[in-house]
Amino acid sequence: MQLRDLLLSTLLATAAIPAAWADEKPVLTVYTYNSFTSEWGPGPVLEKAFEATCACDINWVALEDGAALLARLKLEGKNTKADVVLGLDTNLTAEAKATGLFAPHGTDVSALKLPITWADADFVPYDWGYFAFVYDSEKLKDPPKSLADLVDGKDGPKVLLEDPRTSTPGLGLVMWMGEVYGEKAAAAWAGLKPKILTVSKGWSEAYGLFTQGEAPLVLSYTTSPAYHQIVEKTDRYKALVFPEGNYMQVEVAGAIAGSAHADLAKSFLAFLISPEAQKVIPTTNYMYPVRDIGADLPPEFTALPVPEKSLLLPADEAAKHRDDWIKTWVEAVSQ
Amino acid sequence: MSMAAGSRPSRRGPATGIAGWPATVLTGCGLAAVLVVAAVAVFALLLQAGGGEIAGISTYYLGKVLAFTLWQALLSVLLTLLAAIPATRALARQPHFPGRSWLLQLCALPMVMPTIVGIFGVVAVFGGSGYLTAAATAFGSDWRPHIYGLPGILIAHVFFNLPLAIRLLLPAYAAVPAESWRLAAQLGMRGRDVFRFIEMPLLRQQLPGIAIIVFMLCFTTFAVALTLGGGPAATTLEVAIYQALRFDFDLGLGAMLALLQVVLCAGGAWTVWRTGREMAMGSVTRLIIRRYDGASNASRLVDYSLILLVSLFLALPMAALVQKGLSGLHAAASVASLSKAALISMALGLSGGAVATLCGYLLAQARQSLMLLGHRRMAMLIGLAGRLGLFVSPMVIGTGIFLAASGRIDLYDLAVPGVILLNAVMALPFVLGLLEPAMATAAERHDKLCAALGIKGWHRWREIDWPTLRRPLGSAFAFASVIAMGDLGAIALFGSQDLTNLTLLLYGQLGAYRLDGAASTALLLLALTLATYAILERWVGGRELH
Repeated sequence: MQLRDLLLSTLLATAAIPAAWADEKPVLTVYTYNSFTSEWGPGPVLEKAFEATCACDINWVALEDGAALLARLKLEGKNTKADVVLGLDTNLTAEAKATGLFAPHGTDVSALKLPITWADADFVPYDWGYFAFVYDSEKLKDPPKSLADLVDGKDGPKVLLEDPRTSTPGLGLVMWMGEVYGEKAAAAWAGLKPKILTVSKGWSEAYGLFTQGEAPLVLSYTTSPAYHQIVEKTDRYKALVFPEGNYMQVEVAGAIAGSAHADLAKSFLAFLISPEAQKVIPTTNYMYPVRDIGADLPPEFTALPVPEKSLLLPADEAAKHRDDWIKTWVEAVSQ
Repeated sequence: MSMAAGSRPSRRGPATGIAGWPATVLTGCGLAAVLVVAAVAVFALLLQAGGGEIAGISTYYLGKVLAFTLWQALLSVLLTLLAAIPATRALARQPHFPGRSWLLQLCALPMVMPTIVGIFGVVAVFGGSGYLTAAATAFGSDWRPHIYGLPGILIAHVFFNLPLAIRLLLPAYAAVPAESWRLAAQLGMRGRDVFRFIEMPLLRQQLPGIAIIVFMLCFTTFAVALTLGGGPAATTLEVAIYQALRFDFDLGLGAMLALLQVVLCAGGAWTVWRTGREMAMGSVTRLIIRRYDGASNASRLVDYSLILLVSLFLALPMAALVQKGLSGLHAAASVASLSKAALISMALGLSGGAVATLCGYLLAQARQSLMLLGHRRMAMLIGLAGRLGLFVSPMVIGTGIFLAASGRIDLYDLAVPGVILLNAVMALPFVLGLLEPAMATAAERHDKLCAALGIKGWHRWREIDWPTLRRPLGSAFAFASVIAMGDLGAIALFGSQDLTNLTLLLYGQLGAYRLDGAASTALLLLALTLATYAILERWVGGRELH
């Protein structure tokens, strides 16, 4: 009897949880990735700020990552519940656009401050960063000076990478190597191979192994050390900028065409790049904001090393090369 | 004579057709049919949506992937069983030592550990800067373990699966009738004879089922193989499926690869089952039974060394996780979000576990009745259907569900029942692993007697079945519940913001650099699992019968 009561009550309790959106305000459904909406991510703060002015509710649907977002959109097609999709990056936007699901953002992006000029009519960038190798300065006194140094160096330090078939940073490195080495990428991968400790499924595995001390180098972002400085008050972890340039990641959001809340979706996109929203980004997503937020940018961010050269393939070229370059990677690194 | 024959219960009569089958068989068959139809529908949908044309995947690449997947899975199964057999034997021979029940409860933990947490635990012991390295340094050696590659995959797979194998194998050891042991002792059987005449037949019955589960878990492995495997040379079929469905959105290719996986797994299972032998042992199922062959000093020494070794292998990574969790407490998530996530984990876990146990019971009973009716092949099919959750790639199930619902059903509103059902399907194979042998034994002991005495229906369930099956049912419920508690796949699929269990919270923390906080979330998850498991097994399963 007791057991049955317990089961019943737990069932009822869980069934009652999603009854949150019963009121009459319009509900803006935003598809995004999990860490964006976690209590440490930008989601909760942005939600509060936007709901204060929009007379609406934001309903987050939080999936695993950017690739999962795009796959879900393609699955649902025109029937998607999403009004806004937030969390794709420029490696995925060409494919996202090809679904024909996105509407022009219609937002003024001229005030944005990015290392590149933003010309995309559908997607609004909301943060960006440079991929970089982050090293543990207590273990590595003499880190590689350049990408060539990392690739060709004999007895170089071990490095942790992510798999381009399953993660966006992994794909970022493939683009990076492709842009720097072009035809000679296969040889470059072969040079890097002996120094690769392992290639993990995603960023979390690689970064976790890195902070456990398994290898002194990991593929992450130039902004990663800012987290350790701001939250953990340590300068131990540092990012490397390379003279060949560091590859960029620009994260974007877009509104779904034919959404029942099209105006609301557009005002959300405009809100996303407003100074109010942008000043939340650095210390929640640990990426650069897309506009100059002046003194709201923490000093740890202004002190980060900045590559002299920013690399980023246009979305259509990234889409064109992706399959071949991943194949090159698989072949070179599995030898 | 004729009167006696007329009053014989129809249950034992020869089967003439489906209409003559008892209701239990029909319910079980119905359930199995639902599972099979759902699986077929998922594949059909994917192939149809894929447009029939499948982008080329180089057969050379596919061949390499398949070869590696099979190779590492076979090795993992072999190692797991090689460790599980002596360890379980030692545990069965030494029923009384301090910490025994703790050790058995510890065995429930690796099953629920989010893979990434298990990986961190294994690396904290066997990694380049782990406990082993520290121990070597303390002894003045500069030896460093190098686990990335096949060794890392195998260590992690044994860590995840050895406890499972022990938990599934131990009840079988305990099901050997006390008389057999007494007889063996009276006949003065040596260890080798005991193994040959008592344990060997037992293993032949039990190992196939366990081997299949472990094989499947290692075959569909993904994060472990990639992360500890050292690079793309360690690509498993599941990586290719993930890539096809997630990154390339090639539904046709994903479905084909997943179908290949189902065929290979089901084919393997079928073969293994055919080599296995059905054996029913009349006995009370309990975990402690008096044996006479473990009493000598030599066998004690062997047993306790083995137990110590296994305990260390399992406990060290967990100790590392506990240490990390405790030192990460300062960065832990707020009490509010931790307790909300813990409640959701518990509620979803218990519901999923209950559904899985109920379905498992129905399937196992149908299977048992079919065996008695002489439909052996049909019985095997039912067992196979119940294990579909192991054969079919979770990526495919998730994709298929959203494809099927698209435009028809609003799945986001059905997140709670969806997560519970999916978890139940995933936990079902483990429930069957525990219930099938127990029910076979119980049926062998009671069926004829009950039939002769005309005990059936509710009466039989209350007086006969519940007392004998209570313990395996309790274990199954406990096991299924903790598996559902540690779920990530199903809950991440629906992405509902109000539904964050501990696993999802943990991944959110990891994705936001909060590794310390994630470690303490993991600790909470493990503690909660241990408590749930112990309480359910004791509460539902009843106390150990002595």
